[in-house]
Amino acid sequence: MATIELQQVEKKFGDLHAVKPMDLTIHDGEFVVLLGPSGCGKTTTLRMISGLEAVTGGRIILNGRDVTWAHPSERDIAFVFQFFALYSHLTVRQNIAFPLQAQGESKETIRQRVAEVARLLRIEHVLDVKPGSLSGGDRQRVALARALVRRPAAFLMDEPLGALDAEFRETMRAEIKRLHIEQHATTVYVTHDQIEAMAMGDRIVVMSDAVVQQVGTPAQVYHDPANLFVAHFIGSPGMNLIKGRYAAGTVHLREGVSYPVPDFWVSTLNEVLKGEGDVILGFRPEAVTVNSEGMPATVYATDLHGGYTMLHLDLGGEEIVHARAPRSVHYPIGTAVRFALEPAMVRFFDPVTEKAIVREVTA
Amino acid sequence: MSQLEMPAVAAGPAYRRQNQRRQMSDRTITHLFIWPTLILLILMNIFPLFYSLYLSFNDYSVIANEPPKWVALDNYEKILTNERSRYWHNFTVTGKYAVLSVGLQIVVGFGLAMLLKEKFAGSGLITTLILIPMMLSPVVVGLFWKLIFDPSKGIFNHLIYMNATGGKEWLSDPTLALWAIVIVDVWMWSPFVVLLCLSGLSAIPSYLYEAAAIDRASGWFQFRRITLPQVMPLLLIAVLFRTIEAFKQFDLVMGLTGGTPGDATETVSVRLYREAFLGKFKTGESSALAYIVLIIIIAVSNLYIRALNRTREG
Repeated sequence: MATIELQQVEKKFGDLHAVKPMDLTIHDGEFVVLLGPSGCGKTTTLRMISGLEAVTGGRIILNGRDVTWAHPSERDIAFVFQFFALYSHLTVRQNIAFPLQAQGESKETIRQRVAEVARLLRIEHVLDVKPGSLSGGDRQRVALARALVRRPAAFLMDEPLGALDAEFRETMRAEIKRLHIEQHATTVYVTHDQIEAMAMGDRIVVMSDAVVQQVGTPAQVYHDPANLFVAHFIGSPGMNLIKGRYAAGTVHLREGVSYPVPDFWVSTLNEVLKGEGDVILGFRPEAVTVNSEGMPATVYATDLHGGYTMLHLDLGGEEIVHARAPRSVHYPIGTAVRFALEPAMVRFFDPVTEKAIVREVTA
Repeated sequence: MSQLEMPAVAAGPAYRRQNQRRQMSDRTITHLFIWPTLILLILMNIFPLFYSLYLSFNDYSVIANEPPKWVALDNYEKILTNERSRYWHNFTVTGKYAVLSVGLQIVVGFGLAMLLKEKFAGSGLITTLILIPMMLSPVVVGLFWKLIFDPSKGIFNHLIYMNATGGKEWLSDPTLALWAIVIVDVWMWSPFVVLLCLSGLSAIPSYLYEAAAIDRASGWFQFRRITLPQVMPLLLIAVLFRTIEAFKQFDLVMGLTGGTPGDATETVSVRLYREAFLGKFKTGESSALAYIVLIIIIAVSNLYIRALNRTREG
């Protein structure tokens, strides 16, 4: 098992900064997800950890050993590729045995270890076929088996479920999580799917534009996003973000629409905004309760999502507020409604720096 | 009925007749294309093929003013069993030549392809230059290599022994002459193997090597377990094509040695030419020899194709 440390690690491709200097410590046995949109630098970061990509600057420490310039084979890591990277001319058994054969393990050891991981991943019945005839899910199981069979110090997974269809993705997500719990292996997992990240990660590293935006537990990045990007990117739909002006304990959102700030926020906002200033009000769809009190809005659209209804509320023709309501709730389009916010779930952001305003918690 | 349709209906039958005269039916066009080709094929290929098969069972010379005389399998028997006719010598020379030439072409061609696979400044130009020999005419190649091998003026000895005068007589020494032809054939046709191998090597996805590097496979292990199996189908195609060509080898031998010294470099094709078109013009016997060569080539091709299918399936 392993601890991975990235110290000011960066990557440039010519003039393009693919990863700006980043620091990150991944603890032993932790499942860390690198999450971000395409081109944010998450895969490059993973490839730098693996040694498949050389760093432009910084240091990578694996279990206390500086491996910045070590060859991938010297790092004792396993890598699961998005498109499986299986050897098409070899059978599943030979694919799984490949890393052991490369290290010159005895035939008996190879036979035992292959049988062990095949049982673990439930692929014993396909051991003698070629990967080409397998389903996407089984191919990824084989790729996982090839990674597991070596018992490496850490697992690096580059969108391993990206090439699977929705049905397999759900199953494989659960399997990878189960494997992690059983093996307790340090895992770095790259994905652009925030639901996957929330479901699997012990911690999530949210990246955008080659920069780490926030590192935190799924609950932290969801409830306390560090900035507007994280607030908007995490969640489906993301956080409602409405511009307003704060003064005297109230945020004026529109003409005739204002939000009375919860008492425990007032002192922080007074201090940060020096009594008055522009602010962005943020709240998740589930923080909204549609009732007879609160801010006025008209129903713009309603979507039934199976287990719940998503209401889209028009706030004065400029902003749409997404609100999550029980599935029995239905309003005709254009209905005038009022909505209130759960005070504990309200957040504020600075419109200039785009960073979250952090509330001082008094003991 | 609309006004627009009226004239068309009125002019219908006349219009169709006129149209038929002007346009041919698809069936006519098909016949016009197929029959000339088919007739040419029958006259130029199929008829000679079967006629030569018939002649191979006859005692017949195209210059003798006598009709073919049926001798059944006598021609085949003579070629395969009569030691005085030395046909076995020709088969041995051809076999030796094919094994040496194709073997070296595969080694040299694959080696060069491995080097050229890596991109470096000028690699495109070098690849193009390497391909030039196979674009030349074999007779021209034979003639200028004859000059290169020349013991007194040729550059080959000069390069190998750093001494043009004391070098070997490549084309007139019976132990070296076949090697000389092999060297020229390797020089000329290794580029073909390079071309095939390069296309195979460049089709291997880079992520396989990345996966292998992560799996701690050494360079040699990667070569053995990834590169070679992935290129194998194309390598077998190269071997198949080159073996067939080696069995038919004629022009290069004629250009370089003409089968000499003695009959040291007399391949089956050269012997066939001599029997069929020189001296007594033994048309029947040479037809039988040609059929034996054809059967060998078909047999060898089948072996390769089976191996090829095995690499694809297995």
